[in-house]
Amino acid sequence: MSLLIGVPKETYPGEKRVATVPDVVEKLVKQGFRVAVESTAGDGAQISDDAYRAAGAEVIADRAALWGSADIVFKVRAPSDDEIALMREGQMLVSFIWPAQNPQLMQALAARKATVLAMDSVPRISRAQKMDALSSMANIAGYRAVVEAAHAFGRFFTGSITAAGKVPPAKVFVIGAGVAGLAAIGAASSLGAIVRANDTRPEVADQVKSMGGEFVPVPYEEEGSGVGGYAKVMSEGFQNAQRQVFAQQARDADIVITTALIPGRPAPKLITADMVKSMRQGSVIVDLAAEQGGNCELTVPGEIVVRNGVTIIGYTDLPSRLARQASTLYATNLLRLVDDLVKTKSIDADAVDVDMNDEVLRGTTVIDKGEVTWPPPAPRPAAAPAPAKPAPAVSAPPKPKAHGEPSGPMSPGKSAIVFGGGAVLFLIVGFFAPRSFLEHFTVFVLACFVGYMVVWNVKPALHTPLMSVTNAVSSIIALGALVQIAPEVANASASMSRPTEWIRWLSVVALALVAINMFGGFAVTQRMLQMFRK
Amino acid sequence: MTMTTSLLTVAYIGAAILFILCLGGLSSQETSRRGNRYGMIGMAIAVLATIASAYVARSGLPYILVAMVIGAAIGLYAARIVQMTQMPELVALMHSLVGLAAMLVGYANFIDPAASAQLAPAENTIHEIEMYVGVLIGAVTFSGSLIAFGKLSAKISGKPVLLPARHWINLVGLIVVIAFGYRFVTIHDLQAQMVAMVVMTVVALLFGVHMVMAIGGADMPVVVSMLNSYSGWAAAATGFMLSNDLLIVTGALVGSSGAILSYIMCTAMNRNFISVIAGGFGADTSKPAAGSVTPAGDVHPITAAETADALRQARRVIIVPGYGMAVAQAQHTVYQITTALRERGIDVRFGIHPVAGRMPGHMNVLLAEAKVPYDIVFEMDEINEDFADTDVAMVIGANDIVNPAAQEDPTSPIAGMPVLEVWKARLCVVMKRSMASGYAGIDNPLFYKDNTRMLFGDAKKMLDEVLVALKAG
Repeated sequence: MSLLIGVPKETYPGEKRVATVPDVVEKLVKQGFRVAVESTAGDGAQISDDAYRAAGAEVIADRAALWGSADIVFKVRAPSDDEIALMREGQMLVSFIWPAQNPQLMQALAARKATVLAMDSVPRISRAQKMDALSSMANIAGYRAVVEAAHAFGRFFTGSITAAGKVPPAKVFVIGAGVAGLAAIGAASSLGAIVRANDTRPEVADQVKSMGGEFVPVPYEEEGSGVGGYAKVMSEGFQNAQRQVFAQQARDADIVITTALIPGRPAPKLITADMVKSMRQGSVIVDLAAEQGGNCELTVPGEIVVRNGVTIIGYTDLPSRLARQASTLYATNLLRLVDDLVKTKSIDADAVDVDMNDEVLRGTTVIDKGEVTWPPPAPRPAAAPAPAKPAPAVSAPPKPKAHGEPSGPMSPGKSAIVFGGGAVLFLIVGFFAPRSFLEHFTVFVLACFVGYMVVWNVKPALHTPLMSVTNAVSSIIALGALVQIAPEVANASASMSRPTEWIRWLSVVALALVAINMFGGFAVTQRMLQMFRK
Repeated sequence: MTMTTSLLTVAYIGAAILFILCLGGLSSQETSRRGNRYGMIGMAIAVLATIASAYVARSGLPYILVAMVIGAAIGLYAARIVQMTQMPELVALMHSLVGLAAMLVGYANFIDPAASAQLAPAENTIHEIEMYVGVLIGAVTFSGSLIAFGKLSAKISGKPVLLPARHWINLVGLIVVIAFGYRFVTIHDLQAQMVAMVVMTVVALLFGVHMVMAIGGADMPVVVSMLNSYSGWAAAATGFMLSNDLLIVTGALVGSSGAILSYIMCTAMNRNFISVIAGGFGADTSKPAAGSVTPAGDVHPITAAETADALRQARRVIIVPGYGMAVAQAQHTVYQITTALRERGIDVRFGIHPVAGRMPGHMNVLLAEAKVPYDIVFEMDEINEDFADTDVAMVIGANDIVNPAAQEDPTSPIAGMPVLEVWKARLCVVMKRSMASGYAGIDNPLFYKDNTRMLFGDAKKMLDEVLVALKAG
């Protein structure tokens, strides 16, 4: 008997998304699950019951029966009280939960002895990106924000010169360059607008540029450094500087899109009523943080309001307004989660038992068989550096040092040791060694430096020929053999006991070996170099 | 006619300058061929001047001629027949020759009483130390290079052989060498000195074997370059022994340039030079990254025809070759695919990791052999940022150098090693014979990524199929 995945119709007013789509149903069925979808569940996302049926799902009209029979329930929004009442013991629920904001919901779910996986709690590590529904939704929200703004904005986005006169391009200012912000930048710039963006993290400047936007920094470092009361003053000073930048940009921009969110806290108020007042008539503000209270002081969550001629869009359901796309992405995120559940044997033929040793599943599971397991233990320090920043984004890894670049200067202590050691060594040599040795030693040390200087900038492409040529050059040892084969012996008394034959043959063998190296080395190097061409 | 000492000195200076120009010329493609010619001329001047000098009596000429001709014949023959994919082996083998020659020259000098007859006591001591050190370095170079040759040509397993207490063994060896060295310098009985010399040689040979045996296959590029450096130091030591400045200069040039090259390579792999030499890459992997980030997800296979489709639809392609391409001799097919794609106006480039293959620059040599123009071949640092903007990244027989674990998994044995970020491309096709792990012996999460497709099979055969499909379409 295989497990039944139930997908009820979303009950939250205005919610159009649905937790699975026919493509995903097909894959789930292939994996051995049975899928039941509540009748008309896909209407909001323009997916008919027939499409689900064709993909292999069972369509059930009775909501209670669906909840009662499903082993695993996929939802988008957290369940309502009515829905919780329908849950049965041991059921697995996968949906957005927001455990921090909804303690009562958590209690109610725990009381049902359910196992709950919260899609908002998926750890933000690269392995879990494929199931990161927050990013999927943020991406959609960013895109939709631009579409909503374009709808409310009375002009073109692209500037052009027509027979009927000149059309200036729209200026868009995006606050927060997380996933949503970047999506908004991309969408707006591909519509032809001039896009500027700001983020408290200066390192995202490159990402902003890559999406076609211009990064507007907050010129703060230059100002309040070195003042006492560091942290507090710092942040206040920063906020002041930030406000000035925003005020200036707001005056200049036609459209402002704000995406600044701090997880688990009310959204920061970044656009003041005064700034709104300074904006041109017909301008638009889209506040993606409306659900958390809004980044703009005048935002009314869930509504469009016009203040001083400026349209302020406070929709809290932007992903739902692109229901079909959002449902597809969300359903795929869920499918990836199921993949992991199957792989870790968290879902077996007929039992659900989440593998709490798996880092991703551990973080996602907020209630395990009626036991609240949220918040998860802190992630292993190095595995997931996830500082709480507004609008998280993928940060680029530090660029490895390029080859050939000078390495950074040594620490003073280290170089002191190196030079000190060298000086002592040289002193010893100078003290004991005879003059003739020192002459050779001078030559030796200088030659070492020449070798170092000459080779330091070699291109990696030429490493092999270089090695082969230095190998050939080391055949210079042939000289050592040459001078010993038949020296003109001056000292007759020494020549008496000299094992001439031995020396000669040792040298001859050495010379032959070296000659292999000498001729072979140069020849093979030449052969290699001839192949390099433009 | 014999050359005067002054003339000889001048000839040596000229040769030294030519050698410096030679190494300098090798640092860029445009000047490299000229550099190699400088090296040849320098060597010819050095050898001929020495033969013509007072150090060589007429009676020695026949011996010299015979030895040189035999050596030259073997060397030129080897250089002609060697496959470009076998370059690393050949270079390692040649290093061993230099090491062996240094040993023999040292012994010859040692048994020659005339060599030290006129030396003052202090000079004599130094001369003895020079001999001792020369033979020591020569012996280590010889046996170490032989083992490296064996490993590179797969005559010996590439796995590091780690004896228990290996560092202690090395330490004991070092103490023995120093003790006998002290004995060698202080006693003046030829027989006893000979015993010390032979014992030291045996210990040095064993040390060379032991040292390279303990180093894993993935670190072979560093080892080859290090042995290259050793052969230079051996020549320099011989120069001190014979009071020959040209030998000293040239030996030091080769020695220091080899050391720098090893260092550059270690930096490229983000590895500590000492720990490479101390051996045991893969030793740390015996305790695998205990499930901290075990690769998750399925492997998605792809066929050659689908690969061709993906390539045809791409606008920008980056090819990342690895040792697998060398093994399969696939570089010519790669070139044909490159040409076919470029004719369609597709931007094809190559991304080369500094330690791809079994020798530094190995891939560049192979691509050059296949006539791939070098201005579309880029280093890792030059191209790494472009992967995000690339439609298809094609990995041919590479593994560790494209392993995202180096960036994502701090417990991985290759953590921190710079890698080519092929997974950032829209699609990443990985050609591989099987799911076996690379030389570092660790799993590669790249293969499980959602945008990775695996094309299993021999690289040459698969690429041929891709080429056929590409031309058909």
